[in-house]
Amino acid sequence: MAMQVDLETAPTQTGMRRVAIDPVSRVEGHGKVTILLDADDRVHQVRLHIVEFRGFEKFVQGRPFWELPVMVQRLCGICPVSHHLAAAKALDIVVGATRLTPTAEKIRRLMHYGQILQSHALHFFHLASPDLLFGFDSPLEKRNIVGVAAEHPDVAKKGVLLRRFGQEVIRVTAGKRIHGTGAIPGGVNKAVAKEDRDTLLADAYKMIGWCREAVALVKRLHFANVGLYNSFGAFRSNMLSLVGHNGSLDLYHGGLRARNEAGELLFDRVDYSHYWEQITEEVKPWSYMKFPYLKALGPDEGWYKVGPLVRVQNCDQIPTPFADAERREFVDFGGGQPIHATLAYHWARMIEMLFAAEEIKDLLHDDDLLGGELVVTGPRARRGVGVIEAPRGTLIHHYRLNAHDQVMRANLIVSTTHNNHAMNQAIRQVAKRYLDGRTVTEGLLNHIEVAIRAFDPCLSCATHALGQMPLEVELVDAAGARVDALARHGDGSVERRAE
Amino acid sequence: MAPTRLVVIAWGNESRGDDGLGPAFVARAEALPDPPGVRTTFVADFQLQPEHAVDLNGGDLALFVDASRTATAPFEFRRVEPARTATFTTHGVAPGVVLAAFDATFGRPPPPAFELAIPGEDFELGEPLRKRARGCLDDALAFFAVLRGDTSAGAWQRAAEARAGVTPGRP
Repeated sequence: MAMQVDLETAPTQTGMRRVAIDPVSRVEGHGKVTILLDADDRVHQVRLHIVEFRGFEKFVQGRPFWELPVMVQRLCGICPVSHHLAAAKALDIVVGATRLTPTAEKIRRLMHYGQILQSHALHFFHLASPDLLFGFDSPLEKRNIVGVAAEHPDVAKKGVLLRRFGQEVIRVTAGKRIHGTGAIPGGVNKAVAKEDRDTLLADAYKMIGWCREAVALVKRLHFANVGLYNSFGAFRSNMLSLVGHNGSLDLYHGGLRARNEAGELLFDRVDYSHYWEQITEEVKPWSYMKFPYLKALGPDEGWYKVGPLVRVQNCDQIPTPFADAERREFVDFGGGQPIHATLAYHWARMIEMLFAAEEIKDLLHDDDLLGGELVVTGPRARRGVGVIEAPRGTLIHHYRLNAHDQVMRANLIVSTTHNNHAMNQAIRQVAKRYLDGRTVTEGLLNHIEVAIRAFDPCLSCATHALGQMPLEVELVDAAGARVDALARHGDGSVERRAE
Repeated sequence: MAPTRLVVIAWGNESRGDDGLGPAFVARAEALPDPPGVRTTFVADFQLQPEHAVDLNGGDLALFVDASRTATAPFEFRRVEPARTATFTTHGVAPGVVLAAFDATFGRPPPPAFELAIPGEDFELGEPLRKRARGCLDDALAFFAVLRGDTSAGAWQRAAEARAGVTPGRP
């Protein structure tokens, strides 16, 4: 398998310059792209650095296990429910709840699909659609949600209201908009109130309609510029996700399925409770983040990508009609080969958003939500693994407890870590194509941002955004001297900062 | 006469030291009774996002409260206008983006909005609010109590100009 790792480490660093793209704040989330050039200004080395959950696994050590489903939500402001549910699933095993009651499982699923819907809506309408609607090099003052609102007001409005609907689903099932307590080890702590169910159901069909429109929009954009969309940041890789036990798309529970870059199965529906037999992580000296890979293939050949682009192709079908019709069209577009285009993440993400809306509607019609047994327990265990498909990809929570029910060890592998190698590859392709000469251009910055946005990496979540400067681009020569730099401030203005 | 509907939106991660200033502000402010003629709705969230525009619907006046790495102690208070900003992640937006989203969603201008930025210095995981941040929080809450005494946009604008020396209309 011809995996593209050639640019990660240059054969020699002699006579090369470095381009660094470096968000200023380390705490809010630290991303950095370094590009090492040779003497002929060709790209030899590209690396993406992101600081993610620094210290969180240590932070939870010594805490009683029942605190975890609430505590871990503070990992991420975008997908707190994913962490809430992954932790609860891991702790189900600890309390011996190998099978939840129908009420508990359906409420958790409803919560999860509310999370998927709101996160995908935020990503597409707020973050990605300005790039896609206006073009990657359009003026920044236009390429934002305000620009979308001005020229496509219906798109902007539906984006906000879809997101809000998902948040309401979360509030109804988790108890609160943030730091919900709905999922507890062994089940859930309350049923859904009938009036809340009826309120959500009244809007559910409209949301499905809007999601179908969103899929149509992203398809239209893709078809309008097929050459660019198919090639931008594209790379071939293995793929990993959960699939349901019948091979269907299931973002809440299932077994691990991996395919190679040609779409051939590597393993299928593997019990994730021993995930380490399939996946292991490599540490590299230049990155805070680990690099997971499929153990059987080794670090050079075994890296993979996760998330919507993978999930829509990794499953055999989607169990809701509109989304499955869209999945079939998506797969057909690949002409019998897996689609590896980075920008196709957006198309796949909208198919998943439609799936989430359909699932929510179906679940809301199920009266099991309204009452019944909420919690089960059984023989206790000291170790639990919970895996869920979070909006950005596979999320693994693994806890080991001591005799006092305190967390002794925790291991979390988040979607962004799974996609670490993949994001590096996408940026390498972009850098090779758009970097030219010794000047850090705004165009280069724009295109690298577009590639990063497709994955929407999770960053460590402190949110003191006021006054922050999100991104800086720096060109450093072989001797370490900065020859050019470009900074993008929080208000979108760009400042060149040559020494 | 209908009461002035004031919407206070604060955000931050309480597990990351001074980043929790926003939620801490709400926790203390919502325990205080509304003055006559004012009805306050408090929203505390982990991150500020475009859908908070929906929380502003029906409001006459809005206040955004957040920790800031750059604000001058004990706090900064200023007017916010609909903004045009871009970011490379979905991890939070600026208050001006929420105002822009309001316009897009409801097809009318958002309510007059102001921002209370409380300086923080330590944002590490697992840390509580620092002593200096707690002091700034006390001052910000006292200032908020004064603000609620006159909830006309003009009075708040004058307060912003008095504190920051800004000219009218400048964010």
